[in-house]
Amino acid sequence: MIRKEEIEHIGWLARIELSEAEKELFERQLSSILDYFAVLDELDTEDVEPTYHVIGIKDVVREDGAKEALSQSEVLRNAPKKEEGYFKSPRML
Amino acid sequence: MKSKGTNTNGVKIGLECHAQLLTKSKLFCPCSTDYHNSEPNTHVCATCLGLPGALPVVNEQAIRYGIKVALALGCEVQPEIIFYRKNYYYPDLPKGFQITQYDFPIALNGLVRIENAGDGGGKEREIRIRRVHMEEDPGRLVYKGTIDTAKYSLVDYNRSGIPLVEIVTEPDLRSPKEARIFLGKLRSILEYLGVFEGDLEGAMRVDANISVGGGERAEVKNISSYKGVERALSFEITRQKNLLRRGLVVKQETRHYDEVRGITISMRTKEFEHDYRYFPEPDLVPIRISDLVGEIRREIPELPDEKKRRFIAQYSITREHANALTFDINIANFYEEVASKTDAKLCATWVADVLKGELNYRAISMREASKRISAEDFVVILNYLKRGVITERGATEIIREMLDRGGNPDEIIRKKGLASIDSAEMEKAVLAVIKENKAAVDDFKAGKKEALNFLVGQVMKKTRGRATPQEVHRMVREKIGE
Ligand SMILES: [Zn+2]
Repeated sequence: MIRKEEIEHIGWLARIELSEAEKELFERQLSSILDYFAVLDELDTEDVEPTYHVIGIKDVVREDGAKEALSQSEVLRNAPKKEEGYFKSPRML
Repeated sequence: MKSKGTNTNGVKIGLECHAQLLTKSKLFCPCSTDYHNSEPNTHVCATCLGLPGALPVVNEQAIRYGIKVALALGCEVQPEIIFYRKNYYYPDLPKGFQITQYDFPIALNGLVRIENAGDGGGKEREIRIRRVHMEEDPGRLVYKGTIDTAKYSLVDYNRSGIPLVEIVTEPDLRSPKEARIFLGKLRSILEYLGVFEGDLEGAMRVDANISVGGGERAEVKNISSYKGVERALSFEITRQKNLLRRGLVVKQETRHYDEVRGITISMRTKEFEHDYRYFPEPDLVPIRISDLVGEIRREIPELPDEKKRRFIAQYSITREHANALTFDINIANFYEEVASKTDAKLCATWVADVLKGELNYRAISMREASKRISAEDFVVILNYLKRGVITERGATEIIREMLDRGGNPDEIIRKKGLASIDSAEMEKAVLAVIKENKAAVDDFKAGKKEALNFLVGQVMKKTRGRATPQEVHRMVREKIGE
């Protein structure tokens, strides 16, 4: 079970505004997902190594070398608001 | 017990220090890290902009530098590392998460020794290092006008993805001053390793945890200068003590350091550790690092403490001088180059006391200064001084002139007439002063010691400092005695 306050907190963390109807909907949906995990919890995993990655590859790295970057106009092309080469965003704090 | 200042018992400080590593490219993409004098958003690509579909690939050199730092701090390097996502929203974080480490960091359990007076006279203290891990730098926020009045923020992602090594201490620091000394020592070690350049703007940024008298701790974020650390911590300790004095409690919270006003402000944040929802970064696989450790350990150069001990033994210089000479690797190298070609003890005085003082006065680094004054120039100056070609005052003047306007020692000696006068010329000046100051001479003969200093001063003035005071002293007595 998940409480309404938790839904609101998750919404806040994601910076998504939720209507009362949405809160109820997500409360139901997330609760049923969590209930399913409760079923999984019944499995005995005592002797199983935790899975941190699902693919079995390790040690993928690249050499340190700089390549040309995108041009400033290319970088800002999708920005809804820009000013003097910067992205413009709401003031925080 | 009465408390004095902010330096009292019960203060516990732990630091999280973020240092930019000097790789050529960023941590997860090939954008250049040489952005400090560039236009905004000119060192970015799909990956460090967090565009959909872009994939990160780990820069091996950054990992090697991280291991090097961990080994230099005496840490236990872990066998395998994993990157995690730390999820939160802020405009400087284009993906909505920062790639960092959580479980399985590069290293754990290190130790750094500091002298808590910082001048060689203090007692040694051990500061435990809890962990060392890697993470990507966020972008940079710029405000038009002041941070208070700006209506919006501007974002530059050139810094986004620069490799950071984060060094977390245990809460072993006992005062703001110790915290500053620790940071100085850390900077020194990182620069010795050649993985860090402390003079670059924003190269080291610090968050601090502070508690007083066993109370709750507050975290102060956004300290971005070495001086700022001491100031931010002093403010925060005073704030907490005032709360306790009034019978109030210190809340566990995150505070923001305002560099301009020198105060900390509550961020009224509702986010806690579990709100970051750390989970393994699915786009990056685990990296086994045990095999790299042996090779990297061999690359670690002589570090400040070792160098200090060697300087004292090899050059017979004082502990104070050895401290001053080994703090900055560039000064240490400059000193050794000069000391190998002339009197090492004389050189210690002239580099540690005179040259360093002149650098501090001008706020320039040894790295910068060495473009204007080479080790060879310095050898020439000290040799002239030893042979009496110039006086101490003359030597200082040459150093100042070279730092301010360049040139070479011989040219400056000629141009400024700094060559010491010979004994015939000095005798002439002494006799003239004796003749012109009959009253002072009589006073001296009558037993007034100060009169002699006056006469010596007159000779120094006449010779424009090109004579050695002790010799003038001797000659004035001699001539009056005759
Ligand atoms: Zn990039």
